[in-house]
Amino acid sequence: MQRVAVVVFPGSNCDADTLDAARAAGSDAYYVWHRDTDLQQADAVILPGGFSYGDYLRSGAIARFSPVLRAVAAHARAGGAVLGICNGFQILCEAGLLPGALMRNARLKFLSRPVRVRVEAPDTPFTQSYDRGEELTLPIAHGDGRYVADAETAAMLEANGQVVWRYVAENPNGSTHDIAGICNAGRNVVGIMPHPERRNAPVLGGQDGARVFLSLEARNATQHAGDMRAVDGRHLRV
Amino acid sequence: MSAFTVEIRVMPRASLLDPQGQAVQHALQALGFAEVASVRAGKHLVVQMQAITREEAAAKARVMCDRLLANPVTEDYECSVSL
Repeated sequence: MQRVAVVVFPGSNCDADTLDAARAAGSDAYYVWHRDTDLQQADAVILPGGFSYGDYLRSGAIARFSPVLRAVAAHARAGGAVLGICNGFQILCEAGLLPGALMRNARLKFLSRPVRVRVEAPDTPFTQSYDRGEELTLPIAHGDGRYVADAETAAMLEANGQVVWRYVAENPNGSTHDIAGICNAGRNVVGIMPHPERRNAPVLGGQDGARVFLSLEARNATQHAGDMRAVDGRHLRV
Repeated sequence: MSAFTVEIRVMPRASLLDPQGQAVQHALQALGFAEVASVRAGKHLVVQMQAITREEAAAKARVMCDRLLANPVTEDYECSVSL
């Protein structure tokens, strides 16, 4: 069982769904307030979606200065797993833990609907229970979802296999190289614009997002036993 | 120490798509301003601060921009200082 810290900023609104999704995957998930500086021995940290600080100045720009971000950065530097979902992705970019930035959607509208994405990199802590090239349906809900990076950075992301998810069929926000999610060079810090926590059970219309959270537990199983484990009755591929 | 006013202009980098500016451009053209060739939209911040010299105020404002007020990946900025 992995200890998963879900950071709550003023304005986070996907924190409860994220906590539930991590718990449904079998993790010992708990909240950490943004003013806390102790991650309580977290194995993984998740920055959830929402509108931290009202998206003032730029999405994620103020949250980056919350006290908890120092602990998150130290955790990331030590190789600990970090996932930023939507606003969490924006915060990780603003904090310099991921390259690039997220800008206003190309057609300006706030978009809230399911999209198709392809898993491009199953070699991260949050994607290792997926197959490379697997296509998923995940919901997006963002106004500032257009990932941008200069040509040099984008080429580096492609060369190193740091594009983790890519939009297929249509690019909803105009992102560079159809990018929906990336990881850092160390592959332990991951950002995704769609919301896997909103698609982790049949009652939510599908469970394509569940394995983002199950991947953490699968890694745990590999590290500790190297065998198959069942979480909530579901056998994990390890 | 003197009080300075620093006006900071933050603009989306010229090479990047500026959908907000484009939307305003289209609205102006729809209003009949056919002569409008392009619009770019940015932010204007006014910072009141204490500093010993104008140069110190400008230098501090640039650090503020680098660290918070502008995103170095997507935006450029200009600062002008007045007493």
